[in-house]
This record gives sequence, structure tokens and C-alpha cells, in this order.
Amino acid sequence: MTNIEELVKQQAEVHGTTRESLMPILQAVIRSERFLSEDAMVAIARELDISTADVFGTASFYTFMDTTPKGKNIIRVCKTITCHMKGKDAVIGALEDLLKIKLGENTSDGKFSLLQANCLGWCHKGPVMLINDEVHPEVTPESAVEVIQGYLKQK
Amino acid sequence: MENKIKKVDLIFEQVDYLEILDRSFKRTQDEIILDIIDSGLRGRGGAGFPTGLKWKFAKNEEADQKYVICNADEGEPGTFKDREILTQVPEKVLGGMALCGKSTGASRGYIYLRGEYNFLLPQLNAAIDKFHEDLKNMNFDFTIEIKSGSGAYVCGEETALMESMEGKRGEPRNKPPFPTTSGYLGKPTSVNNVETLVFALMIAKEGPTKFKEMGTFDSRGSKVFSVSGDTPKAGIYELELGMSLEDFVNEFGDGDTKAVQIGGASGFCVARKHFKETVIGFEGIPTGGSMMLFNSTRSMYNILNDYLEFFEEESCGQCTPCRVGCQQLLKGIEAVKKGNRPPSYLDELQKLSETMKIASKCGLGQSAPNPFNSIINNFREEIIY
Ligand SMILES: Cc1cc2nc3c(=O)[nH]c(=O)nc-3n(C[C@H](O)[C@H](O)[C@H](O)COP(=O)(O)O)c2cc1C
Ligand code: SF4
Ligand code: FES
Repeated sequence: MTNIEELVKQQAEVHGTTRESLMPILQAVIRSERFLSEDAMVAIARELDISTADVFGTASFYTFMDTTPKGKNIIRVCKTITCHMKGKDAVIGALEDLLKIKLGENTSDGKFSLLQANCLGWCHKGPVMLINDEVHPEVTPESAVEVIQGYLKQK
Repeated sequence: MENKIKKVDLIFEQVDYLEILDRSFKRTQDEIILDIIDSGLRGRGGAGFPTGLKWKFAKNEEADQKYVICNADEGEPGTFKDREILTQVPEKVLGGMALCGKSTGASRGYIYLRGEYNFLLPQLNAAIDKFHEDLKNMNFDFTIEIKSGSGAYVCGEETALMESMEGKRGEPRNKPPFPTTSGYLGKPTSVNNVETLVFALMIAKEGPTKFKEMGTFDSRGSKVFSVSGDTPKAGIYELELGMSLEDFVNEFGDGDTKAVQIGGASGFCVARKHFKETVIGFEGIPTGGSMMLFNSTRSMYNILNDYLEFFEEESCGQCTPCRVGCQQLLKGIEAVKKGNRPPSYLDELQKLSETMKIASKCGLGQSAPNPFNSIINNFREEIIY
């Protein structure tokens, strides 16, 4: 069994194999792999006894379920109105310069993806960014760069 | 100047929630529900349906299984109060869910937590474990589980939320049947906003009178507001309902407030000249809590553009008026701004938005026209030039 098949099997044991378990299993694969590969979706479909198209159709509905490869750390900068007003463009610009990628791209070492997201629920403390599940409110271009440099050092 | 803004402390107040539950479990379902009805509590998630009635409908259904859902999807731009409530007083939210379970005859509860709030999972799961212990000691059969979202605003709509919980695309269902008749897995389900559940618990604690005496005839009680934008006081405030927008701006504005968006991206934009007569509440402009202030340095075109981009991205695409309508409104204002379309094209777009209101299947497509029309009506020049 491949690693991904093992992961899917193990998650199916935790969450069950009924239709309601699809989301938690997809989410667990995303947590571990950062995206859903074709192999992962085929394995999930087999485990839940539904079609791969159905798995893909469901996953593709959700913004946080990417089906193209992503970096080990996904940076999501809020782009919605108050964060826009408070300077999210400058934050994104600084991160693009630091990581030498454009919005939507992955770094060549596979460590980071830089994305935008809609309102993250911290509008009183914009601009805000999420790195994986971790929140960083009230970032400036400088502090955002520092946070990423911290990640570069430890991981 | 007299301070007309009345701060309240019901939601974040620390209470002995087990004592409240212990007392409530000894009462009948009807007694609890009658208190909630009498209090006048209306849902705090935006739509404002009377909470007591919703519980009564669910209670009156015959079924082998019923469910309680706490809607913690909080995706409306400008809203962040549910996150704060779940952070500061999670046990009161769980208590509200158990109270709803007792009242409606449901033994299972779910919290649908947006994926953006995954960082709350460890602390919430710890609170749930402790809560299960407490309920066991009280001999009350009720369990709570968290289901996570994955970044889709429309999943806050209660039927889309249940589709998502069932492992499907989060596409809203037709209503009726309403969730209290046929909800999660086809069983009677009451879906309540995080804040609504805490108010219900507080009404069970204090009785309906204290709550009822606050606010206005249509908007009883208090409400947690999420204040953001051009304000020196951005943050979370529980305020008595029924204040005028003028009083609100006097308290929270920066002295140069040009417009306030009430109710998030799906709400209404009110220009300065209308602050005085605008009431914040169900009789005026209702809000799930989002209050965004804009001062005179802001371009209303950029603001409207942001809102429309939001809807264009978040529309589930299931029905044409919303899917195509959101795209056309966005493209339309861009074309008028660039001069590719005459200003009169805005009138055509406003007709399209009327169609969207009538023909869209769910609240998303029905309310995307709100910011559009209110901004065009108040700031037409800024959109054109
Ligand atoms: C597009 C859309 C998004 C919604 N998002 C939320 C949300 O994030 N949280 C919420 O409580 N209600 C949301 N609602 C309202 C719910 O459908 C439902 O009315 C509410 O959860 C009921 O709870 P309440 O009566 O306590 O307000 C949304 C509605 C629509 C149409
Ligand atoms: S109104 Fe929009 S979001 Fe709602 S069901 Fe139709 S397409 Fe989907
Ligand atoms: S607008 Fe950025 S967190 Fe809400």
C-alpha cells in the first residue's frame, strides 16, 4: 500500500465509511499533504465506495481543498474589504519579493504557497494572514516577512 | 452630549452554566420554549427568525432522532464576534446547545466550524470533553461533535451547511421543507447561530423579562456587534438594540464617517445624510453584527467592487440568476468605470439586480443586490467617474 492509501485507510477507520465521513477524510488528507492528488481521490473513492468523480466534484466545491500541488506551508492573506483598506496589497507585495513568487504560486523548494482568501474573521485587526491553521492578525509588510523568515529557519 | 449607546454584558459574563442547565432540565420543554418565545429573542445569524418558535417547530416533530446545530461558519465579511464568543465562553455555547436539545428532544449536537477557525479546535474539543463529563453527572443524554468547513461562505446558509455536513457540495436546498421538519440526514434539526444559543441560555438563567425590557418592540434585547473599518474603536461590543445609526457613529466614528455598511457584504450601505433616521434593528436595517465604517478618503467604487468580487467568487453557481447576475454586476460596474458603457447602464444593472432578488434560490443571490443598489443609489457619481 502507498503512503496515501494507508493514510486514507487509517482515516476511514477513525471517521467511518459513510458519506458523512467524506469531508473529515478529505480534510485529513489536506492537513497532511496540503492538496488532493489523483491517487488520494481514487483511494478515498474506493474506501467510501463512491465514484472518483463524486469525490472530485465535492472537493472542488471547497476553496481549502486544492487539487493542484501546494507548498508545505500555505499562506493565505485576507483580501476582503477592511483588510484591503488596511493595506493587504503591501503585505502581499512584500511576501512576493521575499519568496520570489507571484500570488497563486509555490516556491520552487516546495516550502510555501502564497494565496489570497476571503474574510478570515479578524476584520478589526487587518490585515490578517493565515499560515496553515495559524493566524497572524495586524501584520505589516515588515512583520509578515519576519513571520515567514521564522518559518524558513525552523522548518 | 448624552451617551445614547447602551453597553450590555450578557454574552461574555461568566455564569454557572451547569446550575442553569440543572434547573432547566427539571422544567418541561414547553416551559423553556415559552420563556424563549416570551423574551422576543430572534436569531442573531442574520435572518432574525424567532428562536422560540423554531424550537417549538422542532419539538412538535415526531422522529426517532433530532439534531441541534450550532452555526459557527461566520463568513459574512465584517463579522468576527462568533469567534470571540467561542474563544471566551465556549461552555456557554455548549450549554445553549444542550438547552436546545432538551427543549426540542434532540440528543445530538454539532458545531459547524469554519475552516478558517481550525486553530480553535484543540480548546473547543477540550471544552466539549469536559462538558460531556458534566452532562453525564447530570444524567442528561446529549453529545456534541465538531464538523469543520473548508472555506465556503455559502455553507453558512443552513441547508448548504447540512449538505456539507453530509459530505456533499455545499449547495443550498429548496425550502420548504424547513430544517425543523427535514434537516440533517432528513431529521428535524434546529440550526442556531453561536450568539443566539448563548442568549437562550441567559434567558433560561434570568427569565424573559430582563431581556424583553431591553431594545425595541421588533428588536428585543442586545446584540454583539463587530465594528471595523475607519474607526478608532475597532472591536467587539454588546449593545442594546434599536439605536440610531447617528448615535452609533457618534460613538464609533472617526469624525469623518461618510458611510456605514450595516450587515456585511450582504447588507446595506447607508450614507451620512441618512444616519439620523436609520435604526439598527429588525425594524430598520438588521445586522448579524457587522458594522463597517468608511471615511471620506475611501472610494465607494473600490468598496462595491470588493463586495461584488466576493459574491462572484462565493456564489455556489447552482442557479443562473445568482451565478450570472453576480458576474454581470461586477463586469458592469467595471465597464461603466472604464467608459466602455454609458452611465445609464447602471439602470439596466439595477433591473437585473431586482431579478436576482426575486429569482435566486438562497439568501446569497437574494442579498447580493443589497450593497449594489444601496451604493449606486447613494454614490452614483463615485461609481461612474
Ligand atoms: C449565504 C448565507 C450565509 C450565511 N452565513 C451564516 C453564518 O455564517 N452564520 C450564521 O449563524 N448564519 C448564517 N446564515 C443564516 C443561516 O442560514 C441561518 O438562518 C442561521 O444560522 C439561523 O440561526 P439563527 O436563527 O440563530 O440566526 C447565512 C445565510 C446565508 C443565506
Ligand atoms: S442564490 Fe447563488 S449561492 Fe444561492 S443557491 Fe443560487 S447560485 Fe447558489
Ligand atoms: S476583511 Fe480581512 S479578516 Fe475580515
